Amino acid sequence: MKIAVLAKQVADLVEGVEIDASGKAVDPTSIRYILSELDDHALEEALLLKERVQARVEVFSLETGEAREALFTALAKGADRVVMVQIGLESAPDNHTTAKVFASVLKGQPYDLILTGVRASDDLDGSLGGLLAGYLDLPYVGLIRKVEVAGDGGTVVVEKEYPGGFAAELEVRLPAVLGIQAAEQPPRYVPVSRLRQVMKTAKLEEATAAVEDIGPLAVRRMYKPEEGKGATMLSGDPDEVARQIADILAERRLLR
Amino acid sequence: MGTLQPQITPEKPGAIFPEIAQIPELFRTCIQCGVCSGSCPMGEVMDFAPRKAAKMIADGRFEEVVSSNTPWLCVACHTCQVRCPSQLLIPDGLFPALRSAVMAEGKPMEQDLQKALQNTYLYGNPMGQSPRKRAEWTKTAGVPVPIISQIKRPVEVLWIVECYPSYEPRNQEISRKLARILNALGVDFAILGHEERCIGDCEWLAGERGLFEMLIERNIEILGKYRFKEILITDPHAYRTLLNIYPKLGGSFRVKHYVQFFAERLGQLKPLLKKKLSATVTYHDSCCLGRKTGHYDEPRALLQAIPGVKLVEMIQNRESSLCCGGGASTIYLDRYIQDRAKDRLADRRVQQAAATKAETLAVACPYEPSRFEDAVKITGNEGKMMVCDIIELLAESMGLA
Repeated sequence: MKIAVLAKQVADLVEGVEIDASGKAVDPTSIRYILSELDDHALEEALLLKERVQARVEVFSLETGEAREALFTALAKGADRVVMVQIGLESAPDNHTTAKVFASVLKGQPYDLILTGVRASDDLDGSLGGLLAGYLDLPYVGLIRKVEVAGDGGTVVVEKEYPGGFAAELEVRLPAVLGIQAAEQPPRYVPVSRLRQVMKTAKLEEATAAVEDIGPLAVRRMYKPEEGKGATMLSGDPDEVARQIADILAERRLLR
Repeated sequence: MGTLQPQITPEKPGAIFPEIAQIPELFRTCIQCGVCSGSCPMGEVMDFAPRKAAKMIADGRFEEVVSSNTPWLCVACHTCQVRCPSQLLIPDGLFPALRSAVMAEGKPMEQDLQKALQNTYLYGNPMGQSPRKRAEWTKTAGVPVPIISQIKRPVEVLWIVECYPSYEPRNQEISRKLARILNALGVDFAILGHEERCIGDCEWLAGERGLFEMLIERNIEILGKYRFKEILITDPHAYRTLLNIYPKLGGSFRVKHYVQFFAERLGQLKPLLKKKLSATVTYHDSCCLGRKTGHYDEPRALLQAIPGVKLVEMIQNRESSLCCGGGASTIYLDRYIQDRAKDRLADRRVQQAAATKAETLAVACPYEPSRFEDAVKITGNEGKMMVCDIIELLAESMGLA
């Protein structure tokens, strides 16, 4: 079995993000990039499959942000091959464009499964997995929390989450694209010494892909959440704030 | 117990970061006396207490020890290391080696610990807070807290605030009071602000060698950029690591914990301690200020200088003090330990404090306020005992609270 994992770089929200002067995009100088959390889960699920059915795991990332470190980390965790896809753009393109780029790199390659996080914090125009499946003409299932290879290896049984605490088991014909909601276990830890060793000794493969157009989406305005009418800001020490919250809940009959 | 003297980690090959394969050679002089296991506050819970673990490793039974509960139950209180007649490095050598081996095998780790290590890698602090916000606490200090990169001049004292005192709300209060005391004493000081990163004690003892090396390299580089006469530090773990371990890895600095720094200025401090506190106080010797570096007298001298303070001792004090159970990254393993041990060391310690009838449990380590305040509630002592950092008691008496 051969698995491709798509790993995307997103803004690290711990550091906060700023809107640039145009008011239409995040200021790239304010950002520190990290691997999208759910893509890390997609990698973990792929590595679990590798342990169970001796799959080969290959990770692809566009050359943005800290992609090099994320790819080396994937190698240190147990990926078999990592590929940096160069597209010659300074900032990350939207998901339609990204999906087209990955489709051109993956088309005709013998992957049984393509895994990616079901969403990312910077998705503006849909999730990557569904768009990619469309371009590759493959089935797509999202919100997956478990993947098991079924009998003959021609299908997988996946556990998909639904709203309201429901879940379903689906059988999916391969090859397929899956959007991972959560791996079966939290993403594994890589000791820093192993990461540093991999960075010194391993090599990243590079692939190039042409970006034909930048997608149909135009951002008109980007802004931080605005304080609406009727919002009340609570202040004071934690005990005082807790009392205020309790009073409000009681007053609105939200406490039993 | 009074005859025991703290030992500074001796220079030995592989003394810092031994590989598990080096343990049999490093433990060649182990006489299997069992003082370590008998002294260990977690020994009865460990699958293999230190004496047995060392013997099994010497016999080539690595795997059994690595996959047992032993690696993650050492709280690095150093009671064993101080008492070991062969001066073997147990929490400083054996346990980091075991933990490194667990990590190297890729075994699943406790999530809280993994998160703390990942956060330290990304942000330089285990809480996962933005490094840019490291000096946010200073805004409400009420006194100037200069950042050394901004004032562009040498200072007498560089204050390394460390992670908990920078980010954790309970400890931030203490940091603000410490800043006010420095100000009242006219100390010429500055902090590193956004350039400060974790010193790395937890990461080292957790067996995360690469992360510790990375922190050390960065910290030595940053500290090398500035001119100062000495370092003042708030966290005893960081103090001990900067004092004893950094010099062996290329970073020698004059470093003092605040208890030492203020005890040296007691003459200047005493006339400012005007308000009478009228409290019976018992002091908890933290492992890093006590057994690891021998500062037993300075914190007591500071407390006794406060008018109205009556100092009483717990049954386990000074060299035999009981650990709060949070050292060597076990502060992130509370759930793991709770599932295995019948009680928490912090709860046991607070019960010892309650037995003295003291109304105040004084501490000088940033782990303690939250650990002991929880323990006060858990042991049913809420309202009967307060947990105060020595800084808070000094500030109160100086009218700076």
